[in-house]
Amino acid sequence: MAPARSPGLPDILRDAGLYALVAFALCVPVVSYRTEAGPAGLELLPRWPLVGLLCAGIFVLRLAQRLVLARRDARRALIPAPSQATEAVHAEPAAGQTVSGFALWAFLGLALTLPVIATLASGGLGPARYWIDLGILILTYVMLGWGLNIVVGLAGLLDLGYVAFYAVGAYTYALLSTTFGLSFWVCLPLAGLFAGLWGMVLGFPVLRLRGDYLAIVTLAFGEIIRLVLINWTDVTGGAAGISSIPRASFFGIPFTADEDGFAARFGLSFDSMHRVVFLYYLILALALLTNLVTLRLRRLPIGRAWEALREDEIACRSLGIDTTATKLTAFALGAAFGGFAGSFFAVRQGFISPESFNFLESAIILAIVVLGGMGSQIGVAIAAVAMVGGPELLRNLGFLSAVFGEGFDPNEYRLLLFGLAMVTMMVWRPRGLISERQPSVSLGRARGISGAHVSEGHG
Amino acid sequence: MSVAGINVLVEETRAIQARAGEPLLAIEDVSTYYGSVAALRGVDLTVGRGEIVTLIGANGAGKSTLMMTIFGAPRARSGTIRYAGEDITRLPTHRIARLGLAQSPEGRRVFPRMSVFENLQMGASLHGGRWFAQDLERVCALFPRLKERLQQRAGTMSGGEQQMLAIGRALMSRPTLLLLDEPSLGLAPLVVKGIFDAIRDLNRQDGMTIFLVEQNAYHALKLAHRGYVLVNGRVTMSGTGRQLLDDPAVKAAYLEGGHGAATTA
Repeated sequence: MAPARSPGLPDILRDAGLYALVAFALCVPVVSYRTEAGPAGLELLPRWPLVGLLCAGIFVLRLAQRLVLARRDARRALIPAPSQATEAVHAEPAAGQTVSGFALWAFLGLALTLPVIATLASGGLGPARYWIDLGILILTYVMLGWGLNIVVGLAGLLDLGYVAFYAVGAYTYALLSTTFGLSFWVCLPLAGLFAGLWGMVLGFPVLRLRGDYLAIVTLAFGEIIRLVLINWTDVTGGAAGISSIPRASFFGIPFTADEDGFAARFGLSFDSMHRVVFLYYLILALALLTNLVTLRLRRLPIGRAWEALREDEIACRSLGIDTTATKLTAFALGAAFGGFAGSFFAVRQGFISPESFNFLESAIILAIVVLGGMGSQIGVAIAAVAMVGGPELLRNLGFLSAVFGEGFDPNEYRLLLFGLAMVTMMVWRPRGLISERQPSVSLGRARGISGAHVSEGHG
Repeated sequence: MSVAGINVLVEETRAIQARAGEPLLAIEDVSTYYGSVAALRGVDLTVGRGEIVTLIGANGAGKSTLMMTIFGAPRARSGTIRYAGEDITRLPTHRIARLGLAQSPEGRRVFPRMSVFENLQMGASLHGGRWFAQDLERVCALFPRLKERLQQRAGTMSGGEQQMLAIGRALMSRPTLLLLDEPSLGLAPLVVKGIFDAIRDLNRQDGMTIFLVEQNAYHALKLAHRGYVLVNGRVTMSGTGRQLLDDPAVKAAYLEGGHGAATTA
């Protein structure tokens, strides 16, 4: 076979020009004129600069893409392909499929010091509130993502109603604290326990189901919980929800301005931000706990059994693994972490209503897990940052109105961009951001194996 | 020696013989259905301790169904399956596996995204890793190819290697009875020979009882002590491997054509 001639620069330029031309042809009817209601009926406002900008953009993007591809091909040509299928393949993960140890520590370091950095950068605890609140929001989703990752990523059970356990955890804390006056630290384990119990209750009837059918039943379960919360007015307060939920205390010391308060006890001047910073570290600790438990379990027989279950249920059973118990533990554990996150949500908001636990939440959490690469812990964290932090970023893109005209609100295009990002991901990296799976045991040098070399498991 | 003494001796010998004669696996009048379609109709079959027994038959005869029925999925609608004297017909699959049966299922069914090492660990999960190092050594000695690839993902290996892994994974549970479903399916003749040699070693050296389901009738019957022929869910013929190999009906149905190719390979 003759080696394919690598395209020269003129070829690439011609190709990019062609793309720009096609873009121009498409732009003429769609973009070039804008109709506006004028005094004498509709007026056509020409927008040729915008068309020019779009075409130039397409030209540059295509040029960049071709150049990158050409470089990649040139690099690949230097590496000999395995001559036979049975030859051992040193399937190193491609760049970008792994996260280096350094990046991991940087990520963790940033998470640990975010309140400090935000305070220094914005000049005071008060102005830093926006960033710390955003951090709390992101970490909540990181934790939910990691919890769901046990069920979906490791055990391979598609759960579309995860938000139900989030709701159970939130309502457990809200009801126990407002009715019996129990403190957050007593309710937190109870909420996890209760949500885990609900995970088992849901688990039992649906264990025989697989794939799509399981997804439909869990979806229904999520909706049932929400409808019960709305209609069981006596207990849950119905659609009005539960308000004035007691705040979290610093292990018994309340965040108040009086002399028993946190600030006075520790000799600080009172600042309402102390509570926010404390909440930030609380959710960070909870999320890290989820992560640690998951990482630890992956090395134990039960974690291996989850992964084997995801790969092939029948083979699992014929190896003597009780798939019923295995699925139940995955469901219960995932649900318990959802419950922890839920009670945190309740204590942070001080108010909960069924509105917060709709299907969209489940979808976002699931999207985080899928985008992150099923089963990858760090991938889930990155995806949570992108999915939750991304929309926030859009609020700060006001300068774009200079290009797209007055009244352009980037926030309105949030879902559109969201969909675009999803499609791009599925084309460019169909197995998620971090598709590589690290073996739970390694002999000698640890070596991840690129997901691109392996067919998808079924079951 | 007194007559009474001799009588006791005779009794004891008979008892030992009876115990030895009791089959490890006894399938009696088993019928299995997929919905209303009968896949097995009253199958009788026994596998004695230390034997290699093979089941041959055409596509769709019900070979794999019988294999899976032994493991309780699908469950037999009638008849009984006894393993070491215990009725396992109604036991769930994982409980059956815990009694000392292991299978290398049809289509290999290795865990594709897990490494070879992890696959073998899964096989040993019944014992909680008590004999893991020792058993790993044994499997690696039997299939040196696996040893080279312990860190590789199972899904990236060739079909023959995956077959070796499926058998190795089954062996990791230290089975008394090993069920193999078409270990030669889709493999090159040289690889098939390697796998059949390994099966023979397991039986001769370790005394493992093996129930082998095969379409490759010539190789299977040459290897096996006894064989059964399954046609449309019924056992139509049984005998020693030699007898079946020489049987004109078996020859006509399963060996002609395939035979010549197999001997030259």
